[in-house]
Amino acid sequence: MNINVSRRGFLAGSAATAGALLVGLNAKGVLAATAQASQVTDFNPFVKIDADGTLTVVIKHFEMGQGTTTGLTTLVAEELDADWNRVTTEFAPANNSKYANLFFSMQGTGGSTSIANSYMQYREAGAAARDLLIRAAARSWGVDPASIRVEKSVLTSGDKSGHFGEFVAIASTLTPVEKPTVKTPDQFRLIGDATLHRKDNTSKTNGTAQFAMDVNLPGMVYAAIQRSPKFGGTVTSFDDSAAKNVAGFVAAQVLPNKAGVVAFAKNTWAAFQARDALNVEWDFSKAETRNTDTLIEDHKALLDKPQFNANPEITLDEVAPVLAGAAKTIDAEFTFPFLAHAPLEALNCTIEPIENGVRVHDGCQMPALTRPTVAKILGLEPEQVEIKTLYAGGSFGRRANPDADYNAEAALAFAVSGRKVPVKLVWSREDDMRGGYYRPMAAHRAKIALDADGKVIGWDHRVAVKSIMKGSLFQGMIKNDIDPTSVEGVTESLYSVPNFGIGLSDFQTPVPILWWRSVGNTHTAFAMETLMDMLADETGQDPIEMRLAMLDPNGPNQARMINAIKLVRDMSGWKKGDKRGFACHFSFNTCVAVVADITVTDDTSVHVNKLFMAVECGVAINPDVIKAQMEGGAGFALTAIMRNEITLADGEVEQQNFPDYELLRNGEMPAVEVAIVKSNNAPTGVGEPGVPPTGPALANAIFAQTGKRIFDLPMTKAGFEFV
Amino acid sequence: MQYQLKINGETRTVDAEPGTPLLWVLRDGLEMTGTKFGCGVAYCGACTVHVDGTPTRSCQTFIEDLADSEITTIEGAQDKVAQAVQAAWREKDVVQCGWCQSGQIMSAIGLLSENPKPSDDEIKDYMHGNACRCVTYVRINEAVKLASQKLEA
Repeated sequence: MNINVSRRGFLAGSAATAGALLVGLNAKGVLAATAQASQVTDFNPFVKIDADGTLTVVIKHFEMGQGTTTGLTTLVAEELDADWNRVTTEFAPANNSKYANLFFSMQGTGGSTSIANSYMQYREAGAAARDLLIRAAARSWGVDPASIRVEKSVLTSGDKSGHFGEFVAIASTLTPVEKPTVKTPDQFRLIGDATLHRKDNTSKTNGTAQFAMDVNLPGMVYAAIQRSPKFGGTVTSFDDSAAKNVAGFVAAQVLPNKAGVVAFAKNTWAAFQARDALNVEWDFSKAETRNTDTLIEDHKALLDKPQFNANPEITLDEVAPVLAGAAKTIDAEFTFPFLAHAPLEALNCTIEPIENGVRVHDGCQMPALTRPTVAKILGLEPEQVEIKTLYAGGSFGRRANPDADYNAEAALAFAVSGRKVPVKLVWSREDDMRGGYYRPMAAHRAKIALDADGKVIGWDHRVAVKSIMKGSLFQGMIKNDIDPTSVEGVTESLYSVPNFGIGLSDFQTPVPILWWRSVGNTHTAFAMETLMDMLADETGQDPIEMRLAMLDPNGPNQARMINAIKLVRDMSGWKKGDKRGFACHFSFNTCVAVVADITVTDDTSVHVNKLFMAVECGVAINPDVIKAQMEGGAGFALTAIMRNEITLADGEVEQQNFPDYELLRNGEMPAVEVAIVKSNNAPTGVGEPGVPPTGPALANAIFAQTGKRIFDLPMTKAGFEFV
Repeated sequence: MQYQLKINGETRTVDAEPGTPLLWVLRDGLEMTGTKFGCGVAYCGACTVHVDGTPTRSCQTFIEDLADSEITTIEGAQDKVAQAVQAAWREKDVVQCGWCQSGQIMSAIGLLSENPKPSDDEIKDYMHGNACRCVTYVRINEAVKLASQKLEA
């Protein structure tokens, strides 16, 4: 049992009754509430209720806009029957076991798993608290617990009623049940309510939301780093005489790993100017020095002889005779550029010295990676590194980095600063564009074999891409030399394809790469769904009906996809011979199907009028957040597919800032109509799955209207412009 | 150098070098962090504030040029139009990551102050300079329309 005297209660001056009920899973995974503050350290509270009845939900997944502060809160508030307007949130501290992502067995956010892994955990935490409050009220009133009803944070029995806070003190003396009973879906009041408002929408509209870049601490110095202009270069020497002319400049130091030179200054502006004024000499002997065109050709060359077989059931050699005997084949080769995540809040991290350690202020996506990384650099134990998680101004994968790169940079800067004052490392937009950790460049080559009746009898699919996970902390995910993120979306295709050979080659380059919203699916879905459209065209079939015929309704995910496809077909009024584009894709355990309606003028000028999107993601916790993620995911995909690419000249990034990496603008975004397939299955991801099918839906619409296939991204390379 | 700036109706004294962008005076000097840094080249709109009532990119507005100006930031956006815009933003649940939204809101207030009943095309044109990486434009435009209706009521 744990009862904490709440600060809120002290402020209210009602210390005698002030209390806070904390409920959650303890380290052994058993639900517990506890009354001794001293036990808080081995206790995992998701639920706090103050004496004034305010419910605080502790959020274990950082908020980058995807809606965790709303979604996780909904799960607890639902089971507690709390008043949505009397619920607040706070981010969990770093604690790798207590606040683990149950799918990752470590604390971190990613893979569209926040709701999916927390669904039962947060509901049970809410249900346990509800049970305690009911029993406390029953004892207080001398009534049968079964007679008590709970609605909007108020307990009622007969003519007696009281809010949550009135029963906190008694509740904290009771023993919680080990396995609380959660509601059945027909009892849901908040789950599925499309009118529920986001928990972060007041602070994010009045300027009070606290992001990491908003941290200001007494005595803080600001740091900016000059990094190698070519990836893999190291510092040989530097001259800071020009930097000394910048007002506010403090000092410059080589980072201990020789990856750059850090300039310290009295404000961000001075740090940027001083950094720019540093004259640094580099050793490029191990650096990437190729051009984009060469890199693309080098990827394609790897397709000739794949290194690894990604389908354990059949090899490419075994597929070869099928291809040789085909009546007809469909051939295609695709290339994909490097892409920057470009979260609008550029990367930043502040490290503050505290008694016996440091505090890291960060929009922290992976505390399980940030904490040991910072600790190791500073020679501390992980427990000496406190993490203060703040709102993150976007991520799209960038802040979930096995290298914890910008956290590590901040720690290195703090180490060379003398460790006496807080150090705030800030990236400029140019740092972000040129700083690597891109969606990897990739190439695909496919050959589909058809028999005389136009039936698919074999498929040879090859991918060349740099592995994200090999050599990283996620090395354990590699099975039989295959990085699953390199081929996901091909290997996990839902279609019934006989003799489906899949080959993979790992590209090697010093350019650091990383997952980018929907990871491997960013390229695999484009290749697969373009190929399916080519197949439909070649065999004279309707693209939707053909896909439905290639999905086995007995497969659980195939059945879900069939529902999503039929829903989007019906809502869009799709007809045979339709001049719109269709694509669908299964990723992060979610099915999304898209119809893209476009207007093409003069064969090359494209306006996207409207997207119809249907999603099957299990039970819809917050339908409006799901809709927002589909809208945003689609827009994110369009931006990249249309015109974004990071290119290299002699190994140096050619893009500097948004003028040469144009984001989608207001006026370019199409109308979006989203429908959610009704389901009571456990919820699946929504942050990423809207991205993969949107690009190929646009490409297939362009083909429907112009007869032109797009194989090399971005689409501007094929001469299209977007208006 | 010392400068006096009129921000949100108050006179603030700040110590800064000539050439310092207003953005960094606000964020680092005055700890008014509601105004955001996005690109530094007046291209994304995250840093939008009002200078004498006009939406202005604070990352390319320099401290020495502001002596006689009235500056309004998101922290001081409280007039009738601002209230309508913020209420509409909340009703439509526009925000995702939120980093661009101070700038979006300051631009929307600028639009509705000039043109209380903008057409769809006028909204898109006016808001074109405010980039949103989460791509919340569908809702931004709905919220501007809703705010316009609120002001009419």
